[in-house]
Amino acid sequence: MTSTVEAGSLDIATLRRQFPLLGQKSHGRRLVYLDSAASSQHPRAVLEAMDHYYETTHANVHRGVYAIAEEATRQFEAARQATGRFIKAPHPGTEIVFTKNATEALNLVAHSYGRHLLPEGKAILLTELEHHANLVPWLMLAAERGTELRYIPIGDDYRLELSDLDRLIDGVGLVGVSCMSNVLGTINDLGPIVAAAHSKGAVVVADGSQIVPHRRVDVRALGVDFLAFTGHKMLGPTGIGVLWGREELLDRMPPFLGGGEMIRDVRLDGFVPNDLPWKFEAGTPPIAEAVGLHAAIGFLEAVGMERITAHEVELTSRAIELLTERHGDDLRIFGPPADPTGRGGVLSFAFRDIHPHDLAQVLDAEGVCVRAGHHCAKPLMRRLGVTATARASFYLYNGEDDIAALSDALEVAAAFFG
Amino acid sequence: MAGLEDLYREIILDHYRSPRNRGELEVPPAHRVEGFNPLCGDEVVVYLEVNDGVVTDLRISGQGCSISQSSASMMSASVKGRPVEKARKLIRSFKAMMSIHEQSLGGDEADDHEEAETVKPEDLGELAALQGVVKFPVRIKCATLSWNTLAQGLDEIAAGVQPGD
Repeated sequence: MTSTVEAGSLDIATLRRQFPLLGQKSHGRRLVYLDSAASSQHPRAVLEAMDHYYETTHANVHRGVYAIAEEATRQFEAARQATGRFIKAPHPGTEIVFTKNATEALNLVAHSYGRHLLPEGKAILLTELEHHANLVPWLMLAAERGTELRYIPIGDDYRLELSDLDRLIDGVGLVGVSCMSNVLGTINDLGPIVAAAHSKGAVVVADGSQIVPHRRVDVRALGVDFLAFTGHKMLGPTGIGVLWGREELLDRMPPFLGGGEMIRDVRLDGFVPNDLPWKFEAGTPPIAEAVGLHAAIGFLEAVGMERITAHEVELTSRAIELLTERHGDDLRIFGPPADPTGRGGVLSFAFRDIHPHDLAQVLDAEGVCVRAGHHCAKPLMRRLGVTATARASFYLYNGEDDIAALSDALEVAAAFFG
Repeated sequence: MAGLEDLYREIILDHYRSPRNRGELEVPPAHRVEGFNPLCGDEVVVYLEVNDGVVTDLRISGQGCSISQSSASMMSASVKGRPVEKARKLIRSFKAMMSIHEQSLGGDEADDHEEAETVKPEDLGELAALQGVVKFPVRIKCATLSWNTLAQGLDEIAAGVQPGD
């Protein structure tokens, strides 16, 4: 991850016009979308790429010898190459596995690496701020194999507490860690964790769902062994996720799901798995979704990841400033202070004593879309001492007008619930 | 389109701000049962004392949104001091008020619908104020949480489940 933050600002009005959904009204008001950490919206370029694919090219991949089947295969594999290049994968053609979503990518690692290559008796080290997607697959594995699970705690500064890392890492065979918390916005410094893990021969599985859409990620610099992320949080469609893994590890891992596409030969008494990455892609893959993801990456690159990051850093810092100034003690933000390299554009908060569910309902009536709930991170909620929070999250199409709308809507909620 | 006032009726906000029968009871003799809404993480704990077929005491603890808390408060007020059979009838009536929409959402309450009697809102007294919730389908689970928990508690007592089992 680079820490370069340029002062480049985005032309939000022009950008927004490329997102049809953002031009809609909600309850008669401008739709203010502040839930991109859950799922982002789509630029016309992505929608048109998928339409064009369906209208001109669709056929199953890696099967037909006719022209459109070859073209579908070419586009599908081109999407793989583009996805690999986006995260600087050394070998895009073999190291990028398309899955259904980031959850499936993490389950793939838990099933294949966890059940077959994680040495018996080795522990798994996770963190207190993981999304359920990087928690439950390991809990399932632990229940099955009796694997010991350990957790890196978070401190009162909402950051991972690494002071005890040397003790925690001893005897660990696999580390699962999120690059950025979907609740706190904390961007974890993976450097010390990766170094500690590798010094013990442990592999690191990173959940990149919240970071890949927002910051330039270079898997070589990050140093992890696996990275999972998802298309629908980075302007792409739902139904496609990505697992990047080191070639030498993926090569040693047995298949996850069985079926067509993932085999080289099948006999009635056995099968020979296919080469990478198809070994992990059983059945017809998400072809149109891969085309859409490719277009989304093209859109992000055209705008510029560094500019997107700079915009979000500035917006997050303004949001914290403006909201704190106007709402004072009525607003409690769960997460670290503004920090260009250590905090992303996710703001979880409590407002007065209004339950997040009620808050989100009133905000909705004002056209403001925020998430309310446990954000698939119940252990973290318990650590924070709450059952739920409200959460606003930003992307390239959000501007200060969205923050103003959120702030005004909070006042409406305050008046409503007295 | 349904407005917020359909959801947040004054009586609901009153029960939310001043919840009735809030607290805990000693277990035993009381029976304790927990309910969770996996969607939002809300938790409700119902403490029940049943003697000679009557719900002699009932307390509510836990935390949740205004809809789940006010529904729990109204539930406690309408059930406390009533015979168990009357309480069960109220549960059926209340869930019938919410159930048509739960079925269309693929909810797990479909079975209860069959045995639900036809209910007129006036039979439910102030509980009818929660009728507006059906216009906000995601909130139905909030409203029914405490009722499902009460039903579970009554079932456990009837089955002779001891606290801590």
